[in-house]
Amino acid sequence: MISEISDLYQEVIIDHSKRPRNFQVLEGADRKAEGYNPLCGDRLTVYLKTDGDRIVEIAFQGSGCAISTASASIMTSELKGKTREEAEEKFKTFHQMVTGARSKDWEEKLGKLAAFSGVSQFPVRVKCASLCWHTLKAALEEKKETVSTE
Amino acid sequence: MATTITSDAPVGIRPRLDVEKIRKDFPALHQKVYGKPLVYLDNAATSQKPQAVINAITRFFTIENSNIHRGVHYLSEQATKAYEDARNKVKEFINAREAREVVFCRSTTEGVNLIAQSYGRNFLKAGDEIVLTAMEHHSNIVPWQILCEQIGAVLRVAPINDAGELLLSEFEKLLNPKTKLVSVTHISNALGTINPVDRIVEMAHRRKIPMVIDGAQAAPHLKIDVQKLDCDFYLFSGHKMFGPTGIGVVYGKAHLLEAMPPYQGGGDMILSVTFEKTTYNVIPHKFEAGTPNIAGAIGLGATIDYLAGIGLDNIAAYEQELLEYGTERLASIPGLRLIGTAKKKASILSFVMDGIHPHDTGTILDREGIAVRTGHHCAQPVMQRFGVPATARASLAFYNTKEEIDALVTGLLETRKVFG
Repeated sequence: MISEISDLYQEVIIDHSKRPRNFQVLEGADRKAEGYNPLCGDRLTVYLKTDGDRIVEIAFQGSGCAISTASASIMTSELKGKTREEAEEKFKTFHQMVTGARSKDWEEKLGKLAAFSGVSQFPVRVKCASLCWHTLKAALEEKKETVSTE
Repeated sequence: MATTITSDAPVGIRPRLDVEKIRKDFPALHQKVYGKPLVYLDNAATSQKPQAVINAITRFFTIENSNIHRGVHYLSEQATKAYEDARNKVKEFINAREAREVVFCRSTTEGVNLIAQSYGRNFLKAGDEIVLTAMEHHSNIVPWQILCEQIGAVLRVAPINDAGELLLSEFEKLLNPKTKLVSVTHISNALGTINPVDRIVEMAHRRKIPMVIDGAQAAPHLKIDVQKLDCDFYLFSGHKMFGPTGIGVVYGKAHLLEAMPPYQGGGDMILSVTFEKTTYNVIPHKFEAGTPNIAGAIGLGATIDYLAGIGLDNIAAYEQELLEYGTERLASIPGLRLIGTAKKKASILSFVMDGIHPHDTGTILDREGIAVRTGHHCAQPVMQRFGVPATARASLAFYNTKEEIDALVTGLLETRKVFG
């Protein structure tokens, strides 16, 4: 297999795309937002239960490609219990990684999210990986309109 | 569909193309992407250009470049002649009665907008109905929706079956005294379906309803005869038929074009201008405001010459052979479902694979050097009809080969492997 392809579709990403975690409508969510990527038709909703600035519970629903589904699955797994500030910081670092910034310690900075480092070799797929994050941000900011990656 | 692999068929049963020779005419086909030979299967989005077209455009800008219809000098005369020669070539290409029935525009999309805004706004009124089909490209939906918002007309949509074929009897039921226009695609870009446009025109004309045909996907694949079809308008783009981008054609029957007001105002579309009153030019110039895409028209003329040299009938026969081969090969891939299985189809293979999103398929094929389109193909209602968010689409041209289809199949099996 071509090495960039195996970098992109790492085992953990394939696994999360096939069996997404936290894939449900969150009963009693106090915040939610919808995201849409018109390029490929990916659509997802991120649900949050918050306590002050802390994300107590997080889930998502929708349909999309392997990258966008796995990204939302791993994001929701990583952010449970984190504060808004911590989540925003993670998004910033994640975004730097997928858009090609260089670093040797993505894993240290991002944990499981470092699995998406291969996305940087596929500029057209950056939107797939970051759709859930933009949607999360909108949910935290309590934006009403659908977030579009265009 | 009954398919036979025709590579072993006796020579002479079908006209054969010398594909190896044809491929030499298209410089873009001979490059590597990501270290792999390019396999270009995105022809329904846009096609590659033969050297003859590239040369015609280069020659225009190198030698003849000048504005048209206004200069008395030598170069302007040459440029005007080349531009009007191109119009004549289009007239021959679609067998229009007269060259003045050929209006140059930017694209099929602009052509639909021209008809909606010039014909539609002036000859339709509130409550009138426009009939489309469920397989239209957004460009044959949205301009009509804009018109409907402006004048209070109503869109009616004829359904299609699970194979992606228009339900003709349902279509006919939609036609009624309020129907004032029918606009239908000749070939569906997302499904490949070839519509029976001759019968649709007949149904519309029996009720004196004018008929628009979106020919964007048909022009590169089929011989078009607007007199035989008797359609009122026929539209197509240069870039999908191996010509340049930014040039398209509106064919319209002369009496209709004459009755229609201009679409845009500006230079070249007038006979005289005072601040009190402007007299418009005759057709087709009335619809060609401003300096047109002169080089684009000349390039379109060159692609028509090129296609005439090969013969549209030969092209159609070879592409059917490719389509049959591709249909059979794709059917051998586990979990692959073709979207669009009409009995009469152009060489478009739209498909989905179980458990794999088309966008992921597209990325993996891309790194194998294979260019396909993934997404909704600007036909979201078609995706909704088939209950899929998107498809992958391999669209074939006469320079594609069975070996390239084999490469696609290998790439799809590779995709299957990645996703386990």
